[in-house]
Amino acid sequence: MLGSLDARIPAGSLESKWTDHKFSMRLVNPNNKRRFDVIVVGSGLAGASAAASLGELGYRVKVLTYHDSPRRAHSIAAQGGINAAKNYQNDGDSVYRLFYDTIKGGDYRAREANVYRLAEVSVDIIDQATAQGVPFAREYGGLLDNRSFGGAQVSRTFYARGQTGQQLLLGAYSALMRQVAAGTVELHTRSEMLELVMHDGRAVGVVTRDLITGEIVSHSAHAVVLATGGYGNVYFLSTNAKMCNVTAAWRAHRKGALFANPCYTQIHPTCIPASDDFQSKLTLMSESLRNDGRIWVPQAHEDGRDPHEIPDADRDYFLERKYPAFGNLVPRDVASRNAKTVVDEGRGVGPLRNGVYLDFSGAMARDGEAVIRAKYGNLFDMYERITGEDPYTVPMRIYPATHYTMGGLWVDYELMSNVPGLFVLGEANFSDHGANRLGASALMQGLADGYFVLPYTIGNYLSDFLGDPALGTSEPVFADAEQAVADEMNRWLSIGGTRSVDHYHRELGKLVWDYIGMARNKTGLEKAISEIPALRDEYLRNVRVLGSADTLNQSLEKAGRVADLFELGELMARDALTREESCGGHFREEHQTEEGEAMRDDENFTHVAAWEWNGEGTPQTRHREELEFENVELSQRSYK
Amino acid sequence: MSSEINLTLQVWRQPGPQAEGRFVTYEASGISTDASFLEMLDIVNERLIENGEEPIVFESDCREGICGTCGLMINGQAHGPQKGTATCQLHMRSFSDGDHIVIEPWRATSFPVLRDLAVDRRAMDAIIASGGYISVNTGAAPDANLTPVPKETADTAFDAAACIGCGACVAACPNSAAQLFTAAKVQHLNLLPQGQAQRWARTEAMVETMEEFFGSCTNHGECEEACPKDIPIDFIAWTNRDYIKAKVKNRKLAG
Repeated sequence: MLGSLDARIPAGSLESKWTDHKFSMRLVNPNNKRRFDVIVVGSGLAGASAAASLGELGYRVKVLTYHDSPRRAHSIAAQGGINAAKNYQNDGDSVYRLFYDTIKGGDYRAREANVYRLAEVSVDIIDQATAQGVPFAREYGGLLDNRSFGGAQVSRTFYARGQTGQQLLLGAYSALMRQVAAGTVELHTRSEMLELVMHDGRAVGVVTRDLITGEIVSHSAHAVVLATGGYGNVYFLSTNAKMCNVTAAWRAHRKGALFANPCYTQIHPTCIPASDDFQSKLTLMSESLRNDGRIWVPQAHEDGRDPHEIPDADRDYFLERKYPAFGNLVPRDVASRNAKTVVDEGRGVGPLRNGVYLDFSGAMARDGEAVIRAKYGNLFDMYERITGEDPYTVPMRIYPATHYTMGGLWVDYELMSNVPGLFVLGEANFSDHGANRLGASALMQGLADGYFVLPYTIGNYLSDFLGDPALGTSEPVFADAEQAVADEMNRWLSIGGTRSVDHYHRELGKLVWDYIGMARNKTGLEKAISEIPALRDEYLRNVRVLGSADTLNQSLEKAGRVADLFELGELMARDALTREESCGGHFREEHQTEEGEAMRDDENFTHVAAWEWNGEGTPQTRHREELEFENVELSQRSYK
Repeated sequence: MSSEINLTLQVWRQPGPQAEGRFVTYEASGISTDASFLEMLDIVNERLIENGEEPIVFESDCREGICGTCGLMINGQAHGPQKGTATCQLHMRSFSDGDHIVIEPWRATSFPVLRDLAVDRRAMDAIIASGGYISVNTGAAPDANLTPVPKETADTAFDAAACIGCGACVAACPNSAAQLFTAAKVQHLNLLPQGQAQRWARTEAMVETMEEFFGSCTNHGECEEACPKDIPIDFIAWTNRDYIKAKVKNRKLAG
């Protein structure tokens, strides 16, 4: 039914596309903006920045979040920083270089036009955040400080100790609360979106469940914006917060929104290794640590010596050895895979031999402990709290863990999905990171989408509906959606099985990690395609959800989210199986160079795979959006 | 090294906001000292579900001590015995075999219990909405390096901005004041050059909104002890100073 996908990328040179497009898009005049209702689902960086900006412009905005406060959204946990092409360090950075690094870092699987726009507006984000009072790190002269980050040879990352996401989110949250006070934004906390409502092929609203009372509520609007984050929790163990899920995006997918590149998942190289079966999540140690820490394992297999007793000659600084130009600062996918290789070789460290060392002794000898403490103190403290080991005296142990998902709902240049009126921002969309995201680029993209892209593009859609009131919530489409939610709740409560939702989530996570993790192959993916639905069937027959639907019931909340993760996991496997190449975070063992590097197949796979829902029990249809590279020459990524 | 310990828990169970609550005793046996406090509760909940009992409702999200969602009174201490540590970052190595642990929700009139250990903290959002921002519309900002900020000033503002909004300060305060929460946000913004334009309006509005919802601060200092981010009560002193000035200046500015 869908032809080849049209991303509606404006004509013209790369440098002028966004400027020209901003001029050619239709505007909604200030007096008319208040006649439009916009729903924003999610209150993280993308959602809060979008809602605040739309409120400032005069739209009537409704923010829906399942958190108790918008400030809890998982953007808050981002540690390292935010990239911007300010070139404050005079080290040769530019919009073009940030664009180039991002395209290359994404292994040539992102749209040039989107990425260039991202680099272009990156500078405005820093200005905006600073004006809001975000306390970025500063030099003694009072100007902003920068650090370098993986995948780049310039220092363009702005940071706020190890809490950059927190500070940027609090900035966006404060802007949002200002609009709440001004009456332009209506805030609904503890409201979980469970259905997208469509009318005449357009998105016209959503249905939520109040997590405290169980009340099922319809919300109508002229446009719906999803800013609901990524799906890393499909692995159960990830660095995502416990409540992160794919449900809002998935429910939109089930109503026709295409899901793009689900197999592009990012494994972050610097996380604390898992320690036991009861582990509920993995904790990330910011990638910025790789600036000063050196990664190594013993040369010898099963070297049982204390790290201090292993002399330099017996250590293998494997990233510095293999990639002399970038060393410990190679992109995340490269760092992660190399860690997996040495651990698989039996050279892992720690009680379970499931980690590699990240060693600061050299940096402390060079700069002094005080400097290291000032830069990373809170990260070191966190590490010690979790492991009981002091990283000032014992090298940290790290291992990769799922951290970010590049795939997401398909959107065009204006961030609108193939469903008219449904916009998708931040990690929830697939747009800017290709097959691998560079460090400090998630915060950049979330805020670019919310502050500087959507506020322009949404007007271009809304201007068609001037004078049309939003569809009333008494329309049958809303009643039907409400009924669907009520039925779903009753279904979970009536199964009466024997095992908890968490039990099945953990089992699902093991399958996804084993077969669709850091390295994938045909046999494993085919197993995933048969085993995930089998486990899902058991889940639907045997899950135990106690209690009722009219109270705060956390098992009930999780039941639907895990069901959606099952369907997503199966789609990830199909996507990974179909993509017969290795690129970025998607590493197919069949497709690698002799040195074990990812081998792309540009002839056959320089495209986005966007999957269309065909109903339960029927595999999705794969559509393609061809990626055209007019400015950057595709090459084998090399960080040597 | 990790070992296994056996614990007796006394947990506050309350079916809903209007319902009456009570303590229920649970045995938590074979808990690894490497588990976090919340993972210990996860294990207890798994066992409850297996036995057909509804699990204990408690809130958490990031489990990295940054989102501020979690928060329990553990043996009468907000976030438990380890200083500067949120509940999710507290590990069972802080406890010993045979310990008796009393687990309650935050206790404050302004934080009504929703169910078991979960409370409603929306009053804190109301304080932020009353003035916890710098009014700068998207797109209106000058270049970020136009205004230098002395490093010391930026660092001190950051110390205040580190607040995670968990509400432990309220729970620990004998008056249930949210003064440390309020002062941290007031001073984060008041210390910075960008925050000067609204300094006096912000201070008066936020302090008075705090007073509207919460109790008054009488300088007990319990909040500083309970704060998982070690935010010092110096910020309260500075806010009190700013508040007195604000009362004069705002009157003068009003003519």
